[in-house]
Amino acid sequence: MSLVTAKNVSKTYRTGNIKIEALKGLSFEIEPASFVSFVGPSGSGKTTILNLIGCLDKPTHGTLTIGDTDISHLNRRMAASFRGENIGFIFQDFNLLPVLTVFENVEYPLLMVQNVPSDERKKRVMDLLDAVGMIEQKDKYPDQLSGGQKQRVAVARALVTEPKLILADEPTANLDHKTAYRVIDIMKKMKDEFGTTFIFSTHDQKIVGEVEVIYILEDGELADRQVKGG
Amino acid sequence: MLNIFKIALRNLTRYKRRTFLTASLITVGVVFVLVFIAVTGSFKHMMVGQITDSFVGHIQIHKKGYLASIDNLPLTMNLTPGALKKVEKAIHETAGIEAYSKRIKFGGMFSNFVETTNIRLNGVNPEDEAKTVPLLFSRIKEGDKTIRKGEILVPELIAKGMKVKVGDMVVVIATNKDGSVNGKQFKIGGIIESATGPGGRDGYMHIKDAMEVLRMEKMDVSEIALRLSDFSTLHDVHGKIKGNLSTTLNKAGKPAFEVHTWEKLSPFFNIARMIDVMTFFIKIMLIAIVLVSIMNVMIMAVYERIREIGTIAAIGTMPEKILSMFLLEGFCLGVFGVLTGVILNSGVLYILNRVGLTFDFGRQKGLILSPTIDLSDIWVISAIVIVVSVVASLQPAYKASKMEPIDALRHV
Repeated sequence: MSLVTAKNVSKTYRTGNIKIEALKGLSFEIEPASFVSFVGPSGSGKTTILNLIGCLDKPTHGTLTIGDTDISHLNRRMAASFRGENIGFIFQDFNLLPVLTVFENVEYPLLMVQNVPSDERKKRVMDLLDAVGMIEQKDKYPDQLSGGQKQRVAVARALVTEPKLILADEPTANLDHKTAYRVIDIMKKMKDEFGTTFIFSTHDQKIVGEVEVIYILEDGELADRQVKGG
Repeated sequence: MLNIFKIALRNLTRYKRRTFLTASLITVGVVFVLVFIAVTGSFKHMMVGQITDSFVGHIQIHKKGYLASIDNLPLTMNLTPGALKKVEKAIHETAGIEAYSKRIKFGGMFSNFVETTNIRLNGVNPEDEAKTVPLLFSRIKEGDKTIRKGEILVPELIAKGMKVKVGDMVVVIATNKDGSVNGKQFKIGGIIESATGPGGRDGYMHIKDAMEVLRMEKMDVSEIALRLSDFSTLHDVHGKIKGNLSTTLNKAGKPAFEVHTWEKLSPFFNIARMIDVMTFFIKIMLIAIVLVSIMNVMIMAVYERIREIGTIAAIGTMPEKILSMFLLEGFCLGVFGVLTGVILNSGVLYILNRVGLTFDFGRQKGLILSPTIDLSDIWVISAIVIVVSVVASLQPAYKASKMEPIDALRHV
């Protein structure tokens, strides 16, 4: 059974009297524990489809399901709850909370969203920090970290709730070549270890080179689907 | 909740200067209001004490209609022995009354054998009067601090104007209720200092002498002044004694007696009320200061942290948690401002008490204020500031909680 199923998904924005069709009737399926990327030029709809899958926005038409849940019509609270339980986010600018330490940033979703007991929380955070190689830095604040370190913390934060799905919007855009590969490696390792599905929206050829399935978007339409080794 | 509290505190310490400035503004407001309440409160307390303990008493009982014509000191409106008996019975049946004093008040002529002037006099039993208005004898500037038979306490202004001193002989002439005039010679036993308010410039003599001057065979008293064991029960005791006396009706079928607290008897009550009104407006100013400063800082905080709000909302943080995060920031600012304000206020009051605040009121010179503040006032001001801080944070916090994560994440 597919993890993400999109059927004829469209998204139209309105700016005054101007209608912008960001997505035009997209249909696709994404399997569990896969490494998938949406690629395409700016304005092609990559970020829009990620926002829809991430329950941050709703499609204008069509249905979008994650697992058994039709996420097309979730209200604000249900969407927040669904995100907290099922989806992890990795942002281009890392978006770590500056007032929290590395440990606390990774702990945040368990503490504030899932209310996981203290002992288990600590264990899960330490395990993930160990996995991303940030255990030594656990008491540092984000402004004391390099870009690569921040993104590793962001990966740990996204994974800590053990989500089915992680959405990563240009996760390597602000990283140098070497650091970008290190972060990609970590994500691949996590995918293999935890069976998590990673969906990227990117221009970055380093990620494109590593993913299993590539969806190519052009002007809001799905132009191609490429399966590595397929 | 503890974790939201921790994040709120960290966010406050993140912008140290802004937090410090906002909290300082609240602190200054709190100190100003508390010091104002302490100083005006002690002034009020002192003046009320002076008025009630020097001559008015806490409550007074008269025959119905006496107060309306008190300027004439009408002897025809005195309480007859029968009425007096009923009043004394009601006093004994009412709990909370520590002492009472019967007074015969009358106007007369005061002569030093060379000149004559008007004088208002009180005939009192010195022991009862001392128990009812304990500061009376402290107002005696010259002479023994008592009232002996055959002696008169002369108000200082009359003594000065008539050029009389302790030990001099004077004559008091008065018209009794039947209209006949009588005079009696007195020795000046003391010069009594003026006090602010009606009756503050009256002379005193023994009640037996007053009866003699007025040729009273039986004691007809003008008023009965009461002292309560606990001043805070004023209105309670007033209501009770009024109730006890209300069953005695006059010929018109109305209550035969009138019972008044000092508030009805002294114009200072209006000054006290003015002070209360000023205190109220000072509190409103404090509310405005807190409201504007907290709202301003919280609006800034929300505006600066839009992406962070978007991030935590995207992660799955429920809107109510985001709301409480910002509300707690406002709450912490308020608490910090209040705590430092209360501590600083204690310091300011300590200094004021050490330095000694003196002031003149009417003819009373060199009154020393001892500003103190009730714990209840501190609680009220603290509660106002903290509640207003939370209320001021409500709009920005609500805005943050209602932010769409997708819009917030796009914010640059």
